[in-house]
Amino acid sequence: MDAPWNETLFERLRDNWVWKSIFRRGPARTNRTRSLAVFGNLLLHFLPVKVREKSLRVRATYYLGSLSFFLLLLLVVTGILLMFYYHPAVPQAYLDMKDLRFVVSNGLFLRNLHRLAAQVMVILVFAHMFHVFYRGGYKAPRQFNWVVGVGLLLVTLLLSYTGYLLPWDQLAFWAITVGTNIISWMPFLGRPTRFLLLGGNIVGENALLRFYVLHCVVLPLVGLLLVGVHFWRVQKDGGLMLREQNGRESSIHNGD
Amino acid sequence: MSDPHQPPDGANQTQGRAAAGITRRDFLNEISAAALGISGLGGMAVTVNYISPNVLFEPPARFRVGVPEDYPVNSVTFLRDQQIFIVRVAEGFVAVSSVCTHLGCITQWTPEDGLIECPCHGSKFQRDGIKVAGPAPQPLPHFSITLAPDGQLVVDKLSAAPRSQILKV
Repeated sequence: MDAPWNETLFERLRDNWVWKSIFRRGPARTNRTRSLAVFGNLLLHFLPVKVREKSLRVRATYYLGSLSFFLLLLLVVTGILLMFYYHPAVPQAYLDMKDLRFVVSNGLFLRNLHRLAAQVMVILVFAHMFHVFYRGGYKAPRQFNWVVGVGLLLVTLLLSYTGYLLPWDQLAFWAITVGTNIISWMPFLGRPTRFLLLGGNIVGENALLRFYVLHCVVLPLVGLLLVGVHFWRVQKDGGLMLREQNGRESSIHNGD
Repeated sequence: MSDPHQPPDGANQTQGRAAAGITRRDFLNEISAAALGISGLGGMAVTVNYISPNVLFEPPARFRVGVPEDYPVNSVTFLRDQQIFIVRVAEGFVAVSSVCTHLGCITQWTPEDGLIECPCHGSKFQRDGIKVAGPAPQPLPHFSITLAPDGQLVVDKLSAAPRSQILKV
């Protein structure tokens, strides 16, 4: 029997040197070649080769971690687009924010998407943490991944905090003034930390530039690195926590 | 040597040559690790040094605020750019910081209550900076205020003045 036309087309697409230089394996027709497809793929190698259907049900995770990750991707994309119109300078930052709202095509939509996604992400990350906590997902062998998750929570909150200064309006200025003064109450290291964070003694041009660099470069890099470790540990620690029919907790192992 | 736990003769000779108790390989490994450690720590130190600015483009800490006649007796004047109150009492002048000692908001002189009040978290101070109410842990500090030879008042925010010090004019 002849293969359907779309399969034939796909075969022909894959049967040339360009495709083979990127995906260095044959078609994924056997379990072995399917496994190779996952292992050899930069993005897919975070995923298990096989999963139980049960672990894909909504009740297993409520998709909270995945939703947080997709919000992170959304924030990276909208953030990069906002950077095309934003100067981290005084007072240009405020004027650029106003331009994004009133002058730039779809700027209002993008800015609000970035802002609201950031707020929803904080809520979802907390929900994810509570869900993992109440399901006992922090227990052995997943202790290290819980710590990585706490790191990701901190990165999320720091991204929210550093992003808060960037519009350079009254709300931003006083929030950062109060926040960095809280830092200065830390014993011994408080004042030097505040000085380094602000690049001076007042919330001014240096502070805006520093928060911009932290918000757009440093914290996203740290966050993406931790996300990678987080996903990798999920697989290495035996997949998702699942509740069996008889009420016993169990874990799903790779390829189990 | 008949003891099977001893290393072969060749290794023994190597150990014998390293009379000081360290082989050439260990020595090179150790000084390499030490060099890497020192340059790593040095790199961190110069990086922290680099991100700590040497020149600040901030408002000057020492400035002139006009002649004494600008301020009526028993008045509190807020200088917005310098973030201080010039308080003239019957005896003379004091310069009081307007930055709340709680979390750094700018306090406001409220003539109806005769108090300096913080809009952020509700701290209240007398006009000499003594705390009356609120979360602020300390009174508002006083800055040194002097009379320059040209008759102008000069405030220096880098030098704190004791509460008892009043500039008599």
